[in-house]
Amino acid sequence: MGKSLYEKVWEAHALRTLPNGQTQLFIDVHLIHEVTSPQAFGMLRDLGLKVRYPERTFATVDHIVPTHSLAEPFEDPQADEMIRHLRKNVAEHGITFFDVTSGRQGIVHVIGPENGITQPGMTIACGDSHTSTHGAFGAIAFGIGTTQVRDVLATQTMAVSKLKVRRINVDGRLGPGVYAKDVILHIIRTLGVNGGIGYAYEYGGSVFDRFSMEERMTVCNMSIEGGARIGYVNPDQTTFDYLKGRPYAPKGEAWDRAVERWKALASDPDAHYDDVVNIRAEDIAPTVTWGINPGQGCAIDERVPDPAHYPEPQRAAIEEALAHMKLKPGQPIKGVKVDVAFLGSCTNGRISDFREAAKYLKGRKVAPGVRAIAVPGSQQVAKQCEEEGIADIFREAGFEWRGAGCSMCLAMNPDRLVGDELCASSSNRNFKGRQGSATGRTVLMSPVMVVAAAVTGRISDAREVFGAELVGA
Amino acid sequence: MPLEAIKQVSGRAVYLPGDDIDTDRITPARYLKVVTFDGLGEALFYDERFNPDGSEKPHPLNDPRFKGARIMLVGANFGCGSSREHAPQAIYRAGFRALVGESFAEIFFGNATTLSMPCVTAPKADIAALARAIEEDPNLIVTVDVERLEVRYADKAFKVNLPPTAQKALVEGRWDPIADLLEASDLIEEAHARLPRATLS
Repeated sequence: MGKSLYEKVWEAHALRTLPNGQTQLFIDVHLIHEVTSPQAFGMLRDLGLKVRYPERTFATVDHIVPTHSLAEPFEDPQADEMIRHLRKNVAEHGITFFDVTSGRQGIVHVIGPENGITQPGMTIACGDSHTSTHGAFGAIAFGIGTTQVRDVLATQTMAVSKLKVRRINVDGRLGPGVYAKDVILHIIRTLGVNGGIGYAYEYGGSVFDRFSMEERMTVCNMSIEGGARIGYVNPDQTTFDYLKGRPYAPKGEAWDRAVERWKALASDPDAHYDDVVNIRAEDIAPTVTWGINPGQGCAIDERVPDPAHYPEPQRAAIEEALAHMKLKPGQPIKGVKVDVAFLGSCTNGRISDFREAAKYLKGRKVAPGVRAIAVPGSQQVAKQCEEEGIADIFREAGFEWRGAGCSMCLAMNPDRLVGDELCASSSNRNFKGRQGSATGRTVLMSPVMVVAAAVTGRISDAREVFGAELVGA
Repeated sequence: MPLEAIKQVSGRAVYLPGDDIDTDRITPARYLKVVTFDGLGEALFYDERFNPDGSEKPHPLNDPRFKGARIMLVGANFGCGSSREHAPQAIYRAGFRALVGESFAEIFFGNATTLSMPCVTAPKADIAALARAIEEDPNLIVTVDVERLEVRYADKAFKVNLPPTAQKALVEGRWDPIADLLEASDLIEEAHARLPRATLS
């Protein structure tokens, strides 16, 4: 019986079995940011420990960064304290920091890949649950808590238990207007928000074979929303083509050796999986959420559920979600009025997302009364959007074109919903209060669906709004 | 040096109904703009407990009958979403020392265990029966026995689950793994020399 990539990477990085039975796993790359690292550095100080291998840690600032102005001090004194704290910590420990002045600052899960830091076969850890994103490269990437950030800083290892592996095949052809975001929303809707507990998700099949790296990242990013801490795609030529020439990728002979090594890491054809799920691409429609977790989703042309048709405890959960979303049982999701459109985040804030959105936004206008915000995932993405004229398309359409950061995905900076505003969002979480207002409402969707919502002022079917302009993936 | 062994947790309990309670609800993101975990206990479920004007909403954690509870009863997939350790830190700092739920999200579970706060799982019916018992008598003393893997109250008991690794870590006072991790210095050095890293080239 062959091995999965997960098993191969695990075996290469497992140092020993700890007294409690967990594995001490070596972490090749540690990514840190301002929100979950300060307490970890504090713990190191209290214990008199140093960062073991500062050359294996990379820092950025993303969650609290204002996107309208980087003038310092930041208007929010707490945010200002956090960035100053991070600067002090990285300087003290000799850690590479992609600061706001570097031209390379951005969301941690955008800058790792775009700089070639994320590579196949690596173990990667970051104090952020969307670290699963890096699995798109065939890395095993863990979202961790702050005490584990301390562990990785101090020892370059952490205590973990091995997961089971579920292979998810998506085969066939996605229809026009159906994107990677729809694929993962469909998977989560199908398997549930807790269906992935105890599993690493290995994504494959012809749809993933054809997907670009950025599409694979969108899917892996939201693995955690399905309960799976790890999600990955086996590395292939698409992976190598993406990485070649990036600043931190190997060069020359080292590149050739790396590619050979990476090829051998892919799951064997006869690899053992603890579970296999098959999904037909043709069954996936443009998908939006109607509730308060990412599994509460439906096809754009479906109606939201009627709790009366469900037994407990689903009934109570649906009632709670509909009450928060101010939706009526059984009403169509299409046509619901939108107050805010947000394009960005570690899920859909990459150059391909803005390119695709700009195709359909060009020559159109944001509907009156809609506040539309575009937030590139990194300064590099922002620069590319300026160079390609994409930023101008957004500005001309009436979007606010902002600086790089997490922004309204979780509203730790000044970008947030007000009152019960409803936001058409390309982000990853529609939890109550997620976008900065306790009564705010989030509807998750693909970037092109966000554009459709922005220009119509309603939750809309991009296939109807853009018609023949849309092509299948 | 071993840490405090967590063999059992006893105290009064409070029931928070509902599945898929995410860490954004447990600690809203604005409370993450801090460089220490101090004072996070006050942020616990803030937007569920308080109106924007600061007045209280009806919520089990605002109910005077359950003030001082040490054990939290929850539903399925508790702690899903963000990896923020601020969530279990807030629960711990609000005085809780154990959780009993149908299931827990993985990152939350790991974070809580590392804080010495056991998260044991039990069937829905057992949790519901216990929730009814504390509703009838909020002063009921509940014991979460990490060694014997059972929850006891009044003259009743039910079995609970906890992965053996977490049970061992708690019972043997090894819930903070740093001392064990530091021991393997030579293995770490060998791995550092052997395994690739990202370098500017």
